[in-house]
This record gives sequence, C-alpha cells and structure tokens, in this order.
Amino acid sequence: MTTPTNLLRAERIKLFSTRALWWCLAIALVAPLAFTALFFALAGPEIPPTVGNTQLASGNGRTVLLVLAVLATASEFNWGTMRLTFQAVPSRVPALLAKVVVVGAVGTVLGLVVGFGSWGLAALVQPDADLALQSAADWRSVLGQSLVFLFTAVAGVGVALLLRSVAFALTVVLVWTQVLEGVLVFIPGVGRHIYQWMPFHAADEFVGAAGFATGPLQLPSAPLGPWGYLGYFAAITVALFVAGVLVTARRDA
Amino acid sequence: MNLLAVERIKLFSTRSPWWCALITLALTIGFAAIIAGATPSDAQLTLSATQFGGSQFGIAVVMVLAALAVTTEYRFNTIRTTFQAVPHRSPALIAKAVVVALVALVIGEIAAFGALGLGMLMRPNDNLGLHTAQDWMNVAGLGPVFAISAVLAVALGVLIRHSAGAIALLLIYYLAVEELVQIIPKVGHHIHEWLPFNVANKFLRGSAMVDGPAPSDSPLSPGWALAYFAGIAIVFLLVALGVAKKRDA
Amino acid sequence: MIEANALTKRYGATTAVSELTFTARSGRVTGFLGPNGAGKSTTMRLILGLDRPDAGTVLVDGVPYRQLKDPLRTVGAMLDATWRHPGRSGRDHLRWLAATNGIPDKRVEEVLALVGLTSVGNTRVLQYSLGMQQRLGIAAAMLGDPRVLLFDEPVNGLDPEGMAWIRQLLHSLAAEGRTVFVSSHLLPEMAQTAQDLVVIGRGRLIYQGTMADFVARTSEHGVRVRTPHTDQLRTALAGQAEFTEADGVFVVSGLDSDRIGQLAFDAGATLHELSPITGSLEQAYLDLTRDAVEFPAAPSPEAAQ
Repeated sequence: MTTPTNLLRAERIKLFSTRALWWCLAIALVAPLAFTALFFALAGPEIPPTVGNTQLASGNGRTVLLVLAVLATASEFNWGTMRLTFQAVPSRVPALLAKVVVVGAVGTVLGLVVGFGSWGLAALVQPDADLALQSAADWRSVLGQSLVFLFTAVAGVGVALLLRSVAFALTVVLVWTQVLEGVLVFIPGVGRHIYQWMPFHAADEFVGAAGFATGPLQLPSAPLGPWGYLGYFAAITVALFVAGVLVTARRDA
Repeated sequence: MNLLAVERIKLFSTRSPWWCALITLALTIGFAAIIAGATPSDAQLTLSATQFGGSQFGIAVVMVLAALAVTTEYRFNTIRTTFQAVPHRSPALIAKAVVVALVALVIGEIAAFGALGLGMLMRPNDNLGLHTAQDWMNVAGLGPVFAISAVLAVALGVLIRHSAGAIALLLIYYLAVEELVQIIPKVGHHIHEWLPFNVANKFLRGSAMVDGPAPSDSPLSPGWALAYFAGIAIVFLLVALGVAKKRDA
Repeated sequence: MIEANALTKRYGATTAVSELTFTARSGRVTGFLGPNGAGKSTTMRLILGLDRPDAGTVLVDGVPYRQLKDPLRTVGAMLDATWRHPGRSGRDHLRWLAATNGIPDKRVEEVLALVGLTSVGNTRVLQYSLGMQQRLGIAAAMLGDPRVLLFDEPVNGLDPEGMAWIRQLLHSLAAEGRTVFVSSHLLPEMAQTAQDLVVIGRGRLIYQGTMADFVARTSEHGVRVRTPHTDQLRTALAGQAEFTEADGVFVVSGLDSDRIGQLAFDAGATLHELSPITGSLEQAYLDLTRDAVEFPAAPSPEAAQ
C-alpha cells in the first residue's frame, strides 16, 4: 500500500543511498563550523563574541542544504526516477509530500547541529566570552536555525519541482541567495526597501544574523519582528513548494 | 581549425548555451535599466552603476554555460566519441575552451555595451560615456573577464565531470566563498587580496569607491590583475588537461 | 487485460497517437509493433498514467491506471532501463521502489535472483553494462508480482543469450495467465515471442489480431506459374484472378496454388512451374508500414534499379 509510512521509507532510502547526500551534509557542516572557529579564534573588536555572532557562518550551511534539496529533487527528473516514482504512486502528490518531509527533516536536524555546533565551538575557542543562552533572542539565534533550515529545504524542493533541471535550478537558487538579494540593495532609493522583503534576508532577521552583514547598509527599521519574518519566510517557501507540486501533478511526466 | 569547428557545432546545436546567453544579457541589461530608472533625476548615474549587474550575475551564468558545455558531454558520453576522434585529448579540450571563451567574450561585450547604451539612452544628461582608460576597462573589459571565467569553468567541468557538482562548486566559490574569506579577522583580508575573482574585479572597476559593491582590494595594477586572473585560469586548464589525459574516458 | 479506446495524444502540433483502439488479452504475449517514432512509447506512457491523453481512455484490468491502489502489484513496467540514478546500487534502486507500495525487502532479493543480479546487487548502477541495466529494469517490473506487464523494447542491448532468456521469461509469464505487452520495432524478434500482435504506424492502428493470422495474411504474395501454353492459361485465369504476365511467366494473386493447378489442368495447359511466392515476414511488415514510417530512408542505389 502507498501509505505515508511506506512513502516516507521509500524517500528515505532514495535520499540516503546516493553519495551526494553525504557530500552535501559534510560540507554543510564543516564549512560553517570551520568559519565560526576561525572567526572566534582570530576575532578582534570588529566581531564582538556574542551569541548572535556565533551564527555568522550558518548561512553557508543553509546554502549547501539548498543545493542538497535541489539535487535530491531535480536529479530525479534528470535520471528518470521521478517517472518510476509516479508509476508507483500515480496520484503523485503523496510521493512529493513524502519527499519534502524527508528532506525537511534532514534540514531540521542539520540546522540543529549547525546552530548548536557553531555556538559550542565558539564557546570552546573563546572560553572567556559570555556565550550563555539567556535571552529569547539567544535561543532564537541558535535553536532557530533548525526552523530556518527546515524551510530552506522546502524552498529547494519547490524550486526544483518548478524548474526540473539540476543545472537551471542550482543556478537560480545560488544566484538568488548569493547575489541577487545582496545586489538589490544597490538600486538607488527603493533597493533598501526591496531588500528588506527578500526571503533569505527575512530568515537572517529571524535568527538575528542580519545585523552584522547589513549594518553598514543603513537599512530602514525592519518592517516585521523576528517571528513575523519567520512566518514570511515560511510562507514563501511553502508557496514555492505548493506551486511546484501543483505543476508537477498536472504536467506529463 | 577543424577541431574548433567541431566544438562550435557541438556547442550551438544544444539549447542551453542560447538560454544562458539570453539570461546573461537579460540580467545585465535589465539590471542596468532598473538602476537607471531608479536613480533620482537630480542624482548622477555613474558608468560603473550600469555595469556591476554584468559582473555580478553575468559571470555566474557564463560559468554555468561553460561548465555545462563539458559536463553534458560526460553525461551523454559524447566525450568518448570526442576522445576517439582526438586520442591526444588535449587539442579537443583546448578547442572547447577556446570556443566557449570566444562565446563568453562576445556575450560579455554585448552585455556591457548594451547596458551602457541603455543607460545613455535613459539618462542622456548624465554625461555617461567612455572618458577614461578605467571606463574602457569597466565596459570593454567585461568580455575578457567573461572569457577567462569561462576557461576556469571549462577546466573545473573537466575535473569534476558532473553538472551538479561543477555548478554548485563554481557558484558557491564565486558567489560566497571569496566574500566570506574576507571577513575572517586578521588574515582574511590578506588572503582575499589574491583570490581570483576579487582580482578580476580590480581590472574591471579599479579601486575607486563608486556606487555598487565595495571595490576590489587587490594591490595589483589593472593590467597585472587581468594577467593574474588569466594565469590562474590557465593553470587550472593545464591541470584539467593533465588529469583528462591520464583518466579513463 | 489492457483496453485502449480511441486514445489520442498530441504534443504541441504533432499528434503522437491518434484514435488508437486495441486490446491486449491476459494469458497472451501481445507484441506491440511499429517503426521508430510510431507512438509506441507514448502509448505505454498513456497506459501508465505518466502522460494524460487528450482524448480516449485506457484501462488496465478494467481500471484507469491512476485509480489503482497498489499500482506495482497490478502493473509492472519497464519503459526505459536508464530510468535509475547511476550512483545508487541496484539493490537500493529496487528497495526504494518496493517501499513505495509496501513490498517487503524479501521480494527485492527474489527478483534480483530471478534476473541474475544478486552478486552485483550492491554495485552502483553506473558500473552496470547495458544488459545488466536491462535486467535491473525487468527486476523492477517484477517487484509486485503483477498481473499485467509492459516492456518497451526489452531486448535492446542484450546478447543472443539474453534475448533467449527474455523470450522464455515472457512466455512463462503469459503461461501463468498474466497479460504481457511488449513493444519492438523488429518483427523477426516479435515473431518468435508474441502470440497476438498490435501494429501501429504514425500513431494509428494498422493491424490487430493473432500473430498466426498476420503471418498467413501477409506472407503469401502470389503464385508464380510458368507454362508454354500461355493462351490457354490466360483464358482460364481471366475473371478468376488478378495476374501479370511476362515471357511465359505468370504471377497470380488471389488464388492458391491448388486451385491454379486445377484450372490449368482443366484448360489443358502444361505447367513447368507452380510455386507460391512467400515473401519474408519482414517484407510483409515493411509493406504494411511503408506509408507509416515517419522518417523513411532514401532508397539505396540497388533498390532503385
């Protein structure tokens, strides 16, 4: 039977049986942790050792997770296994839901490990700094990564479903996250306001990682609070996924 | 000549180069249009403001085009046919790098002059034009920078052989890693001075503080900067040729 | 049983399948024959619900594919053996597919053994030969022990031994009462495998019936008759059959050789030769689909002479 349990098991086997997953997870973990360690080992006055700043490099892990989610989905179109999946699950939607749950779960766990890993490593490297998790903002910075990573994974699956080509989808998500959001700031006048509504900037606002990168940009005051920003980010990623599912369910496979 | 013709035919008989070229032009010229439109009428639109969209988005998309030109050959096994026809392999790969670089050069020139032209049309009173040597490098230099980036991407495509891996690595490095290295305290700045795309930026935009992303901190002169960038691409290409020669196809 | 009823599928301006109606019965191997580009793969995709028809229906055991509860347990299919992730092992490929329909891992081992891939089950598929990939595809189709099996060009890339193996497998599956629907663009291969035949060209049905009928109907092209008494034979055949005549050699169609011999005897014509012309099966198929080939090859110089 195509029960949820069975479909989740199938997607889990799929995801964990290729090397791409392990490569991506390794990079997604090592890159932010290594950068965090470097920051805190070498930090001068320009990076004060605060809980928020332990998460400065977590965006790298998030980007690699986005790559992972795109690969896990778009490569299925590339290799034809999506057609086999639809042969096995002709109504399609349950299979796609199972995929986003599995990829999202991996993202959540990765977010937890990156969030707490960066924080723990920073505390190890700078034992004198006060990095105790006290305020709600502190907890949001560290624990909140799991939510940001979860929705990042959802976005990756959604974009891949919409674009169906590994090369195309990777280019779009990487150019979007790494350049487009940042470059929009330079549009005279409206740029700064548009930037404040960019999804990954919203994610940064939620975990409190936006301050360091955007402080010099003299952004106007944030239009949303942290939780508002999370809701906004989540809504966009879920909308991408839903659009991807609708398109995929209707299209010839 | 023959090999160049072969590679040209291979490249243009698939659709992805056309898409990549179109997207590059649209992003570069489109972004220039947005900036020109958004600049208040009492402010001046600068030349470099019409150009930085090209260097930011354009290089990324052109590198995707170049990497795909190689990796799709591995995906569809046409690389074996190519190597059967050219057993020494290197001439075939060099021909591919040359063709892809030329295409990138042309895309870069059209994008840069298109962006400038549109800027001049939309802002006739802003005295936009190629007044200084740096202006020339900023506009006409985009083509060479695209071409060298394309060679780098071809080399990486040969080394990695998978579209996904090559694209992810290239884009993450180009778009994220250089920037990130820069913010490592103390040493980051010194490493960043010598990272290839930062150096390429020095050639394009010099060191003057202008509108747009921060200027390059490379200590090289613009001419040497271009030579350094090209040198790195050639080293990568040589390594790739060596590896391709030894490896089973 | 597979029942297609007036299936039509268009991709943009091209009509891939046009008002196609046919039936594949259970307990039989049905060959699905047509030149390349005739619409065979499209029809298979329509049967499996991968593409949606623009008009018409197709039912598998009386139900549209998309309404099947456990599709893999009803229909096993191999449309393209390259539908697999090259970095995944053959065993993992079958495991995820089995999991979707709740098929136990024990069955994965059974089908691996059935196609002879047990020893390479943990090898990544990119190291498989074309024949091994084909076997993996067949293993995947067998996972749910389905009543209906679809194979698109299953012998592609197989060695003669592998071809014989598939033929035998298809026969034994049909003998167990299953519906076996196999496409091919090669008639000789089909002639050894299929009991029933569906022939299409340019997306339209050209022939449906048994293989035996097809052979009987198309293989006898006429009878060659040689006689010194051409006038007597001409008179005797006139009105009875169509014939051509040159240098005392008649080629008669529409009458079998027994009847012609009798007519000649009654007319007092001595026969020096009376031989049925059996065109090859291949020739018959080519005749049938000649008008339906999408990209006909230019005639070779010998053929033109």
